[in-house]
Amino acid sequence: MLELFRQFALDLKASGINLTILYDAFDFERFLSGLATTCALVVLCTFFSILIGAIGAAVLGLSRGPAAMLVRAYVALIRNTPLLVQMYFFYFAVGSLMPVGHNAIGLPVPMIGNFTWAVIALSLYAGAFNVETFRSGIGAVHASYEEAALALGYSRFKAFRYVVAPLGLRFSFASLANNLVDLTKATTVAYAIGVAELLYVSNQIWSDSLNTFEMMNVMLAIYLLLTGIVVWIIGRVQAAMRLPGFGAN
Amino acid sequence: MSETSIFTDVLRWLPFVLWGFGLNVLMSVLAILLGTTAGVFLGLGQVSHTRVVGGVSRLATQLFRNAPWLVLLFYCIFLMPYSITISSATYNVPSWLRATLGFSVPVAANFSEIVRGAIGSVPKGQWEAAEALGYSRSVTLLRIILPQCTTRMLPPWMNLYALLITATPLASIVGVEEALARTQAAVQSEAQASFLIPMYVTLLMMFFLYTYPISRVSNALERRFRTV
Repeated sequence: MLELFRQFALDLKASGINLTILYDAFDFERFLSGLATTCALVVLCTFFSILIGAIGAAVLGLSRGPAAMLVRAYVALIRNTPLLVQMYFFYFAVGSLMPVGHNAIGLPVPMIGNFTWAVIALSLYAGAFNVETFRSGIGAVHASYEEAALALGYSRFKAFRYVVAPLGLRFSFASLANNLVDLTKATTVAYAIGVAELLYVSNQIWSDSLNTFEMMNVMLAIYLLLTGIVVWIIGRVQAAMRLPGFGAN
Repeated sequence: MSETSIFTDVLRWLPFVLWGFGLNVLMSVLAILLGTTAGVFLGLGQVSHTRVVGGVSRLATQLFRNAPWLVLLFYCIFLMPYSITISSATYNVPSWLRATLGFSVPVAANFSEIVRGAIGSVPKGQWEAAEALGYSRSVTLLRIILPQCTTRMLPPWMNLYALLITATPLASIVGVEEALARTQAAVQSEAQASFLIPMYVTLLMMFFLYTYPISRVSNALERRFRTV
Protein backbone atom coordinates (compact mmCIF):
# COMPACT_ATOMS: atom_id res chain seq x y z
CA MET A 1 0.00 0.00 0.00
CA LEU A 2 2.73 2.43 1.06
CA GLU A 3 4.82 1.30 -1.88
CA LEU A 4 1.89 1.95 -4.21
CA PHE A 5 1.59 5.47 -2.82
CA ARG A 6 5.32 6.04 -3.32
CA GLN A 7 5.06 4.81 -6.87
CA PHE A 8 2.17 7.20 -7.49
CA ALA A 9 4.27 10.10 -6.22
CA LEU A 10 7.17 9.07 -8.48
CA ASP A 11 4.77 8.83 -11.43
CA LEU A 12 3.60 12.33 -10.59
CA LYS A 13 7.21 13.46 -10.60
CA ALA A 14 7.70 11.92 -14.03
CA SER A 15 4.69 13.87 -15.24
CA GLY A 16 6.20 17.11 -13.94
CA ILE A 17 4.70 17.48 -10.47
CA ASN A 18 7.57 16.93 -8.09
CA LEU A 19 6.15 16.39 -4.61
CA THR A 20 9.27 15.27 -2.75
CA ILE A 21 7.38 15.12 0.54
CA LEU A 22 5.44 12.11 -0.75
CA TYR A 23 8.38 9.88 -1.70
CA ASP A 24 11.44 11.30 0.04
CA ALA A 25 11.54 10.24 3.70
CA PHE A 26 13.79 13.15 4.71
CA ASP A 27 11.56 15.79 3.15
CA PHE A 28 8.49 14.04 4.53
CA GLU A 29 9.86 14.17 8.06
CA ARG A 30 10.91 17.79 7.70
CA PHE A 31 7.47 18.68 6.45
CA LEU A 32 5.75 16.80 9.25
CA SER A 33 7.89 18.47 11.93
CA GLY A 34 7.08 21.86 10.40
CA LEU A 35 3.39 21.06 10.46
CA ALA A 36 3.70 19.94 14.09
CA THR A 37 5.46 23.20 15.01
CA THR A 38 2.76 25.24 13.30
CA CYS A 39 0.06 23.30 15.16
CA ALA A 40 1.91 23.77 18.45
CA LEU A 41 2.13 27.51 17.78
CA VAL A 42 -1.58 27.69 16.98
CA VAL A 43 -2.63 25.73 20.08
CA LEU A 44 -0.33 27.52 22.54
CA CYS A 45 -1.07 31.00 21.17
CA THR A 46 -4.81 30.29 21.08
CA PHE A 47 -4.68 29.35 24.75
CA PHE A 48 -2.60 32.33 25.88
CA SER A 49 -4.37 34.84 23.64
CA ILE A 50 -7.79 33.80 24.97
CA LEU A 51 -6.38 34.08 28.51
CA ILE A 52 -5.06 37.58 27.75
CA GLY A 53 -8.33 38.52 26.08
CA ALA A 54 -10.37 37.30 29.05
CA ILE A 55 -8.22 39.12 31.61
CA GLY A 56 -8.18 42.30 29.53
CA ALA A 57 -11.95 42.25 29.00
CA ALA A 58 -12.52 41.59 32.72
CA VAL A 59 -10.34 44.57 33.62
CA LEU A 60 -12.24 46.76 31.14
CA GLY A 61 -15.57 45.45 32.44
CA LEU A 62 -14.84 45.93 36.13
CA SER A 63 -12.58 48.95 36.42
CA ARG A 64 -12.48 52.50 35.10
CA GLY A 65 -9.11 53.38 36.63
CA PRO A 66 -5.50 53.19 35.50
CA ALA A 67 -5.74 49.42 34.95
CA ALA A 68 -8.38 49.92 32.26
CA MET A 69 -6.29 52.66 30.68
CA LEU A 70 -3.30 50.33 30.60
CA VAL A 71 -5.34 47.64 28.82
CA ARG A 72 -6.65 50.18 26.31
CA ALA A 73 -3.12 51.42 25.61
CA TYR A 74 -1.91 47.84 25.10
CA VAL A 75 -4.72 47.09 22.66
CA ALA A 76 -4.18 50.31 20.70
CA LEU A 77 -0.41 49.80 20.52
CA ILE A 78 -0.55 46.17 19.39
CA ARG A 79 -3.35 46.67 16.89
CA ASN A 80 -1.76 49.64 15.17
CA THR A 81 1.79 48.37 14.76
CA PRO A 82 3.11 45.60 12.51
CA LEU A 83 3.28 42.10 13.98
CA LEU A 84 6.63 41.51 12.30
CA VAL A 85 8.17 44.57 13.95
CA GLN A 86 6.72 43.47 17.30
CA MET A 87 8.28 40.07 16.82
CA TYR A 88 11.69 41.54 15.93
CA PHE A 89 11.37 43.89 18.87
CA PHE A 90 10.86 40.97 21.25
CA TYR A 91 13.35 38.60 19.65
CA PHE A 92 16.22 40.96 18.86
CA ALA A 93 15.74 43.95 21.17
CA VAL A 94 14.21 42.51 24.36
CA GLY A 95 15.95 39.18 23.69
CA SER A 96 19.34 40.92 23.83
CA LEU A 97 18.66 41.85 27.47
CA MET A 98 17.74 38.32 28.51
CA PRO A 99 20.15 36.04 30.37
CA VAL A 100 22.23 33.69 28.23
CA GLY A 101 22.91 30.12 29.27
CA HIS A 102 25.49 27.69 27.93
CA ASN A 103 24.95 24.36 26.25
CA ALA A 104 26.87 21.13 26.74
CA ILE A 105 29.85 22.23 24.63
CA GLY A 106 29.96 25.72 26.12
CA LEU A 107 28.34 27.70 23.32
CA PRO A 108 26.06 30.52 24.42
CA VAL A 109 22.36 29.64 24.15
CA PRO A 110 19.68 32.20 24.95
CA MET A 111 17.42 31.12 27.82
CA ILE A 112 14.36 32.15 25.82
CA GLY A 113 14.49 30.62 22.36
CA ASN A 114 12.91 31.84 19.15
CA PHE A 115 9.91 29.50 19.53
CA THR A 116 9.12 30.96 22.95
CA TRP A 117 9.47 34.52 21.63
CA ALA A 118 7.17 33.65 18.75
CA VAL A 119 4.57 32.33 21.23
CA ILE A 120 4.91 35.49 23.35
CA ALA A 121 4.65 37.87 20.38
CA LEU A 122 1.77 36.02 18.70
CA SER A 123 -0.15 35.62 21.98
CA LEU A 124 0.17 39.31 22.78
CA TYR A 125 -0.87 40.14 19.21
CA ALA A 126 -3.93 37.88 19.07
CA GLY A 127 -4.67 38.71 22.73
CA ALA A 128 -5.18 42.38 21.87
CA PHE A 129 -7.76 41.43 19.25
CA ASN A 130 -9.44 39.05 21.71
CA VAL A 131 -9.72 41.79 24.33
CA GLU A 132 -11.73 43.83 21.83
CA THR A 133 -13.83 40.79 20.88
CA PHE A 134 -14.71 39.86 24.47
CA ARG A 135 -15.27 43.50 25.43
CA SER A 136 -17.82 43.99 22.67
CA GLY A 137 -19.39 40.60 23.48
CA ILE A 138 -19.84 41.71 27.09
CA GLY A 139 -21.14 45.06 25.84
CA ALA A 140 -23.86 43.17 23.96
CA VAL A 141 -25.26 41.71 27.20
CA HIS A 142 -28.22 43.81 28.29
CA ALA A 143 -27.64 45.82 31.47
CA SER A 144 -30.75 44.31 33.06
CA TYR A 145 -28.90 41.00 33.59
CA GLU A 146 -26.31 42.68 35.77
CA GLU A 147 -28.98 44.66 37.61
CA ALA A 148 -30.94 41.47 38.28
CA ALA A 149 -27.81 39.75 39.59
CA LEU A 150 -27.01 42.72 41.84
CA ALA A 151 -30.60 42.71 43.11
CA LEU A 152 -30.15 39.04 44.02
CA GLY A 153 -27.21 40.02 46.21
CA TYR A 154 -24.30 39.21 43.90
CA SER A 155 -21.25 41.39 44.35
CA ARG A 156 -20.16 43.33 41.23
CA PHE A 157 -17.31 40.90 40.66
CA LYS A 158 -19.50 37.84 41.06
CA ALA A 159 -22.24 39.28 38.86
CA PHE A 160 -19.58 39.77 36.18
CA ARG A 161 -17.99 36.36 36.72
CA TYR A 162 -21.17 34.26 36.89
CA VAL A 163 -23.75 36.20 34.87
CA VAL A 164 -22.39 38.81 32.46
CA ALA A 165 -19.17 37.13 31.31
CA PRO A 166 -20.72 33.71 30.44
CA LEU A 167 -23.44 35.44 28.42
CA GLY A 168 -20.96 37.82 26.76
CA LEU A 169 -18.78 34.90 25.74
CA ARG A 170 -21.66 33.52 23.71
CA PHE A 171 -21.93 36.77 21.77
CA SER A 172 -18.19 36.68 21.02
CA PHE A 173 -17.86 33.44 19.10
CA ALA A 174 -18.18 34.76 15.54
CA SER A 175 -15.57 37.43 16.09
CA LEU A 176 -13.39 35.02 18.09
CA ALA A 177 -13.37 32.53 15.22
CA ASN A 178 -12.24 35.36 12.96
CA ASN A 179 -9.40 36.27 15.34
CA LEU A 180 -8.22 32.69 15.66
CA VAL A 181 -8.20 32.25 11.87
CA ASP A 182 -6.07 35.40 11.68
CA LEU A 183 -3.82 33.95 14.37
CA THR A 184 -3.41 30.71 12.42
CA LYS A 185 -2.41 32.74 9.38
CA ALA A 186 -0.13 34.96 11.46
CA THR A 187 1.95 31.99 12.69
CA THR A 188 3.75 32.18 9.33
CA VAL A 189 5.39 35.41 10.54
CA ALA A 190 7.41 33.29 13.03
CA TYR A 191 9.34 32.27 9.90
CA ALA A 192 11.12 35.62 10.13
CA ILE A 193 12.81 34.78 13.44
CA GLY A 194 13.75 31.30 12.28
CA VAL A 195 11.07 29.17 13.91
CA ALA A 196 10.98 25.96 11.86
CA GLU A 197 7.24 26.07 11.17
CA LEU A 198 5.43 25.04 8.01
CA LEU A 199 6.50 27.98 5.83
CA TYR A 200 10.10 27.69 7.01
CA VAL A 201 10.46 23.98 6.26
CA SER A 202 8.60 24.38 2.98
CA ASN A 203 11.10 27.04 2.02
CA GLN A 204 13.95 24.66 2.91
CA ILE A 205 12.36 21.87 0.88
CA TRP A 206 11.83 23.97 -2.22
CA SER A 207 15.34 25.39 -1.93
CA ASP A 208 16.77 21.86 -1.91
CA SER A 209 14.42 20.16 -4.35
CA LEU A 210 13.60 23.13 -6.62
CA ASN A 211 9.86 22.42 -6.47
CA THR A 212 8.75 25.90 -5.39
CA PHE A 213 5.43 25.86 -7.18
CA GLU A 214 4.33 22.44 -5.89
CA MET A 215 5.34 23.17 -2.30
CA MET A 216 3.58 26.54 -2.34
CA ASN A 217 0.35 24.91 -3.45
CA VAL A 218 0.68 22.20 -0.82
CA MET A 219 1.29 24.87 1.80
CA LEU A 220 -1.70 26.91 0.67
CA ALA A 221 -3.91 23.82 0.85
CA ILE A 222 -2.65 22.98 4.34
CA TYR A 223 -3.32 26.49 5.63
CA LEU A 224 -6.83 26.42 4.18
CA LEU A 225 -7.33 23.09 5.93
CA LEU A 226 -5.97 24.45 9.22
CA THR A 227 -8.18 27.54 9.16
CA GLY A 228 -11.12 25.27 8.26
CA ILE A 229 -10.38 23.11 11.31
CA VAL A 230 -10.16 26.18 13.56
CA VAL A 231 -13.55 27.43 12.32
CA TRP A 232 -15.07 23.96 12.75
CA ILE A 233 -13.80 23.62 16.34
CA ILE A 234 -15.14 27.06 17.31
CA GLY A 235 -18.46 26.09 15.73
CA ARG A 236 -18.57 22.92 17.84
CA VAL A 237 -17.71 24.80 21.03
CA GLN A 238 -20.35 27.39 20.21
CA ALA A 239 -22.96 24.68 19.60
CA ALA A 240 -22.04 22.94 22.85
CA MET A 241 -22.40 26.17 24.86
CA ARG A 242 -25.62 27.30 23.21
CA LEU A 243 -28.32 28.44 25.61
CA PRO A 244 -31.84 27.73 24.29
CA GLY A 245 -33.70 30.95 23.61
CA PHE A 246 -30.73 33.24 24.16
CA GLY A 247 -28.82 35.32 21.66
CA ALA A 248 -28.82 35.49 17.90
CA ASN A 249 -27.39 32.02 17.30
CA MET B 1 27.36 55.00 26.02
CA SER B 2 25.34 57.82 27.53
CA GLU B 3 21.65 58.56 27.09
CA THR B 4 22.10 61.62 24.88
CA SER B 5 24.42 59.97 22.38
CA ILE B 6 21.96 57.09 21.89
CA PHE B 7 19.30 59.68 21.23
CA THR B 8 21.43 61.53 18.69
CA ASP B 9 22.37 58.23 17.05
CA VAL B 10 18.70 57.35 16.61
CA LEU B 11 18.07 60.84 15.27
CA ARG B 12 20.94 60.43 12.83
CA TRP B 13 19.37 57.27 11.40
CA LEU B 14 15.84 58.67 11.40
CA PRO B 15 15.83 60.15 7.84
CA PHE B 16 17.24 56.86 6.48
CA VAL B 17 14.44 54.86 8.11
CA LEU B 18 11.80 57.44 7.20
CA TRP B 19 12.67 57.10 3.50
CA GLY B 20 12.11 53.39 3.93
CA PHE B 21 8.79 54.13 5.59
CA GLY B 22 7.90 56.14 2.50
CA LEU B 23 8.21 52.93 0.52
CA ASN B 24 5.86 51.21 3.00
CA VAL B 25 3.32 53.97 2.41
CA LEU B 26 3.79 53.81 -1.36
CA MET B 27 3.34 50.02 -1.40
CA SER B 28 0.26 50.23 0.80
CA VAL B 29 -1.37 52.98 -1.30
CA LEU B 30 -0.76 51.14 -4.56
CA ALA B 31 -1.91 47.85 -3.07
CA ILE B 32 -5.11 49.32 -1.64
CA LEU B 33 -5.93 50.93 -5.02
CA LEU B 34 -5.28 47.72 -6.95
CA GLY B 35 -6.89 45.51 -4.34
CA THR B 36 -10.00 47.67 -4.01
CA THR B 37 -10.51 47.75 -7.78
CA ALA B 38 -10.14 44.00 -8.09
CA GLY B 39 -12.19 43.51 -4.93
CA VAL B 40 -15.17 45.43 -6.33
CA PHE B 41 -15.30 43.08 -9.31
CA LEU B 42 -14.83 40.00 -7.13
CA GLY B 43 -17.51 41.21 -4.73
CA LEU B 44 -20.00 41.93 -7.51
CA GLY B 45 -19.09 38.55 -8.97
CA GLN B 46 -20.03 36.93 -5.66
CA VAL B 47 -23.60 38.24 -5.86
CA SER B 48 -23.88 37.42 -9.56
CA HIS B 49 -26.72 35.12 -10.59
CA THR B 50 -24.52 33.60 -13.31
CA ARG B 51 -23.44 30.36 -11.70
CA VAL B 52 -19.91 30.22 -13.10
CA VAL B 53 -19.10 33.84 -12.24
CA GLY B 54 -20.53 33.47 -8.74
CA GLY B 55 -18.72 30.19 -8.10
CA VAL B 56 -15.34 31.40 -9.33
CA SER B 57 -15.62 34.68 -7.40
CA ARG B 58 -16.59 32.94 -4.17
CA LEU B 59 -13.80 30.39 -4.55
CA ALA B 60 -11.16 33.04 -5.27
CA THR B 61 -12.38 35.15 -2.35
CA GLN B 62 -12.30 32.29 0.16
CA LEU B 63 -8.97 31.01 -1.14
CA PHE B 64 -7.13 34.32 -0.90
CA ARG B 65 -8.87 35.49 2.26
CA ASN B 66 -7.91 32.41 4.24
CA ALA B 67 -4.34 32.13 2.98
CA PRO B 68 -1.60 33.75 5.07
CA TRP B 69 -0.39 37.09 3.69
CA LEU B 70 3.19 35.89 3.80
CA VAL B 71 2.40 32.82 1.68
CA LEU B 72 0.65 34.98 -0.94
CA LEU B 73 3.62 37.34 -0.86
CA PHE B 74 5.95 34.40 -1.55
CA TYR B 75 3.74 33.36 -4.45
CA CYS B 76 4.04 36.75 -6.09
CA ILE B 77 7.74 37.16 -5.35
CA PHE B 78 8.85 33.75 -6.61
CA LEU B 79 6.38 32.95 -9.33
CA MET B 80 6.11 36.29 -11.08
CA PRO B 81 8.47 37.07 -13.95
CA TYR B 82 11.51 39.12 -13.00
CA SER B 83 11.23 41.17 -16.15
CA ILE B 84 8.55 41.76 -18.72
CA THR B 85 8.96 42.53 -22.39
CA ILE B 86 6.53 44.93 -23.99
CA SER B 87 7.10 45.46 -27.72
CA SER B 88 10.81 44.53 -27.62
CA ALA B 89 11.57 46.78 -24.62
CA THR B 90 12.38 44.80 -21.48
CA TYR B 91 11.42 46.17 -18.11
CA ASN B 92 12.68 44.76 -14.84
CA VAL B 93 9.97 44.31 -12.24
CA PRO B 94 11.51 45.56 -8.97
CA SER B 95 10.87 43.42 -5.93
CA TRP B 96 8.87 46.15 -4.17
CA LEU B 97 6.43 46.21 -7.08
CA ARG B 98 6.05 42.44 -6.98
CA ALA B 99 5.53 42.65 -3.22
CA THR B 100 2.85 45.31 -3.83
CA LEU B 101 1.02 42.91 -6.11
CA GLY B 102 1.44 40.24 -3.43
CA PHE B 103 -0.28 42.52 -0.92
CA SER B 104 -3.08 43.51 -3.26
CA VAL B 105 -4.25 39.89 -3.64
CA PRO B 106 -5.41 39.43 -0.01
CA VAL B 107 -6.70 43.03 -0.02
CA ALA B 108 -8.86 42.21 -3.05
CA ALA B 109 -10.24 39.09 -1.36
CA ASN B 110 -11.00 40.96 1.87
CA PHE B 111 -12.62 43.84 0.03
CA SER B 112 -14.67 41.36 -1.97
CA GLU B 113 -16.20 40.19 1.30
CA ILE B 114 -16.78 43.80 2.40
CA VAL B 115 -18.66 44.48 -0.86
CA ARG B 116 -20.71 41.30 -0.53
CA GLY B 117 -21.56 42.11 3.09
CA ALA B 118 -22.55 45.68 2.25
CA ILE B 119 -24.79 44.56 -0.62
CA GLY B 120 -26.34 41.94 1.65
CA SER B 121 -27.04 44.54 4.33
CA VAL B 122 -29.31 46.61 2.06
CA PRO B 123 -32.92 45.64 2.87
CA LYS B 124 -34.51 43.28 0.38
CA GLY B 125 -37.42 45.70 -0.10
CA GLN B 126 -35.11 47.99 -2.07
CA TRP B 127 -34.53 45.27 -4.66
CA GLU B 128 -38.24 44.50 -4.86
CA ALA B 129 -39.20 48.17 -5.16
CA ALA B 130 -36.69 48.67 -7.98
CA GLU B 131 -37.97 45.58 -9.75
CA ALA B 132 -41.54 46.83 -9.43
CA LEU B 133 -40.42 50.11 -11.03
CA GLY B 134 -39.03 48.17 -13.99
CA TYR B 135 -35.29 48.50 -13.25
CA SER B 136 -33.08 45.70 -14.53
CA ARG B 137 -30.89 43.84 -12.04
CA SER B 138 -27.64 45.51 -13.13
CA VAL B 139 -29.14 49.01 -13.08
CA THR B 140 -30.65 48.34 -9.65
CA LEU B 141 -27.24 47.27 -8.40
CA LEU B 142 -25.38 50.24 -9.89
CA ARG B 143 -27.86 53.07 -9.32
CA ILE B 144 -29.78 52.00 -6.21
CA ILE B 145 -27.91 49.44 -4.12
CA LEU B 146 -24.23 50.43 -4.49
CA PRO B 147 -24.72 54.15 -3.66
CA GLN B 148 -26.19 53.06 -0.32
CA CYS B 149 -23.28 50.70 0.25
CA THR B 150 -20.46 53.24 0.07
CA THR B 151 -20.98 54.61 3.57
CA ARG B 152 -21.28 51.10 4.97
CA MET B 153 -18.08 50.02 3.22
CA LEU B 154 -15.96 52.98 4.31
CA PRO B 155 -15.14 51.95 7.92
CA PRO B 156 -14.19 48.33 7.11
CA TRP B 157 -12.23 49.60 4.11
CA MET B 158 -10.21 51.88 6.39
CA ASN B 159 -9.65 48.99 8.80
CA LEU B 160 -8.42 46.95 5.85
CA TYR B 161 -5.98 49.73 4.97
CA ALA B 162 -4.70 49.78 8.57
CA LEU B 163 -4.23 46.02 8.34
CA LEU B 164 -2.41 46.46 5.04
CA ILE B 165 0.05 49.11 6.20
CA THR B 166 0.96 46.99 9.21
CA ALA B 167 1.52 44.03 6.87
CA THR B 168 3.94 45.87 4.55
CA PRO B 169 7.06 45.15 6.70
CA LEU B 170 6.63 41.51 5.61
CA ALA B 171 8.18 42.69 2.34
CA SER B 172 11.51 42.98 4.16
CA ILE B 173 11.58 39.17 4.39
CA VAL B 174 11.66 38.95 0.61
CA GLY B 175 14.34 41.60 0.27
CA VAL B 176 12.47 44.87 -0.16
CA GLU B 177 14.38 47.73 1.42
CA GLU B 178 11.57 49.33 3.43
CA ALA B 179 11.51 50.75 6.95
CA LEU B 180 12.06 47.48 8.83
CA ALA B 181 14.89 46.36 6.53
CA ARG B 182 16.52 49.77 6.93
CA THR B 183 16.13 49.62 10.72
CA GLN B 184 17.88 46.25 10.70
CA ALA B 185 20.64 47.67 8.52
CA ALA B 186 21.06 50.61 10.89
CA VAL B 187 21.16 48.34 13.93
CA GLN B 188 23.75 46.11 12.28
CA SER B 189 26.01 48.96 11.29
CA GLU B 190 25.91 50.49 14.79
CA ALA B 191 26.58 47.05 16.31
CA GLN B 192 25.74 47.89 19.91
CA ALA B 193 23.11 46.25 22.07
CA SER B 194 21.88 49.47 23.72
CA PHE B 195 20.89 50.75 20.27
CA LEU B 196 18.44 47.90 19.59
CA ILE B 197 15.48 48.87 21.76
CA PRO B 198 15.42 52.61 20.89
CA MET B 199 15.62 51.83 17.18
CA TYR B 200 12.80 49.27 17.22
CA VAL B 201 10.65 51.47 19.48
CA THR B 202 11.15 54.33 17.01
CA LEU B 203 9.99 52.10 14.18
CA LEU B 204 6.96 50.90 16.16
CA MET B 205 6.08 54.53 16.94
CA MET B 206 6.37 55.44 13.27
CA PHE B 207 3.76 52.86 12.35
CA PHE B 208 1.61 53.72 15.35
CA LEU B 209 1.50 57.44 14.55
CA TYR B 210 0.49 56.64 10.98
CA THR B 211 -2.06 53.91 11.69
CA TYR B 212 -3.70 55.00 14.96
CA PRO B 213 -5.47 58.09 13.50
CA ILE B 214 -6.84 55.90 10.68
CA SER B 215 -8.24 53.42 13.22
CA ARG B 216 -9.78 56.22 15.28
CA VAL B 217 -11.47 57.81 12.27
CA SER B 218 -12.69 54.39 11.14
CA ASN B 219 -14.21 53.70 14.57
CA ALA B 220 -15.83 57.13 14.68
CA LEU B 221 -17.36 56.64 11.21
CA GLU B 222 -18.60 53.19 12.19
CA ARG B 223 -20.45 54.64 15.17
CA ARG B 224 -21.85 57.43 13.04
CA PHE B 225 -23.12 55.18 10.25
CA ARG B 226 -24.56 52.60 12.62
CA THR B 227 -28.22 52.29 11.75
CA VAL B 228 -29.48 50.29 14.72
